[in-house]
Amino acid sequence: MTEFFHMGGYAAFVWSAYGLLVVVVVWNVFSARALYRAAQAAARRRLAENVL
Amino acid sequence: MTRLTWFYRLASPPTSYATAGRLLPWFAVPAFLLLAVGLYGGLVLAPKDYQQGDAFRIIYVHAPSAWLSLLGYSVLGVSAGIGLIWRMKLAHALAAAVAPIGASFTFLCLVTGALWGRPMWGAYWAWDARLTSELILLFMYLGYLALRSSYDDLQRADRASAVLALVGLVNVPIIHFSVNWWNSLHQGSTVLRAGGPAMPAAMLIPLLESFAGFTLLFAAIACIRLQAEILNRERRPTWWMDSAIKGVPHD
Repeated sequence: MTEFFHMGGYAAFVWSAYGLLVVVVVWNVFSARALYRAAQAAARRRLAENVL
Repeated sequence: MTRLTWFYRLASPPTSYATAGRLLPWFAVPAFLLLAVGLYGGLVLAPKDYQQGDAFRIIYVHAPSAWLSLLGYSVLGVSAGIGLIWRMKLAHALAAAVAPIGASFTFLCLVTGALWGRPMWGAYWAWDARLTSELILLFMYLGYLALRSSYDDLQRADRASAVLALVGLVNVPIIHFSVNWWNSLHQGSTVLRAGGPAMPAAMLIPLLESFAGFTLLFAAIACIRLQAEILNRERRPTWWMDSAIKGVPHD
């Protein structure tokens, strides 16, 4: 197990790369959902304004 | 002309919005399954490389990121061009949707490349054809996003940024062929090369799973962002409200 985490001496490089992947994937999911929610809220506002 | 009606229907905001929503789970679920299987295979199942040892495992993050950086820009440039020529809102919406995704994976490609280069080449960075053209790609993405954010009006943002996106398209083949056209520090193609993949199956299969997982993830995120971009281009999206009231899933 320790050998696995050691990555043949390249642990810092290999785990940083995989860690950054996780960060980028999480950012993509959350930023897309935030954009989606903001678009829904803005659409709701526009529809409410134009009811007249 | 009648044959094109299905296309116009698909490109209408209510239909494209609903289609993106319906496709989302079909992309998202296999994306995460394939990513899990591919990265597990890359980290655990694949044997060490005889020259690069365990450092080669960075390929399972680096190469699919590079692929997404190019796929993203191709989609961005082509849809921006379609939006510009045929004044098609959906195409502009798609261009705007994929740009941040492509930019994030271009960044990941550059950083994981540096993390791979340091132990293998002895340097995080070199002003080499492949690396430099990929860095220019990141600047094209960032320039596109910065230009868009400088407009308050979405239509003007779409048109102005599309010109920039279209110009940047020339960089895509340059990046792809840079390792063949110039003497590069970067290794040549491993998978798509004459004579077949230069990799044993135990290394290749996780890489292909990873490529598929990344691509599906890109599609899934693009679906969410596209829905937002479509909605933002509608002054009065009554169809969206109607579908919400009728209980047709729009989430």
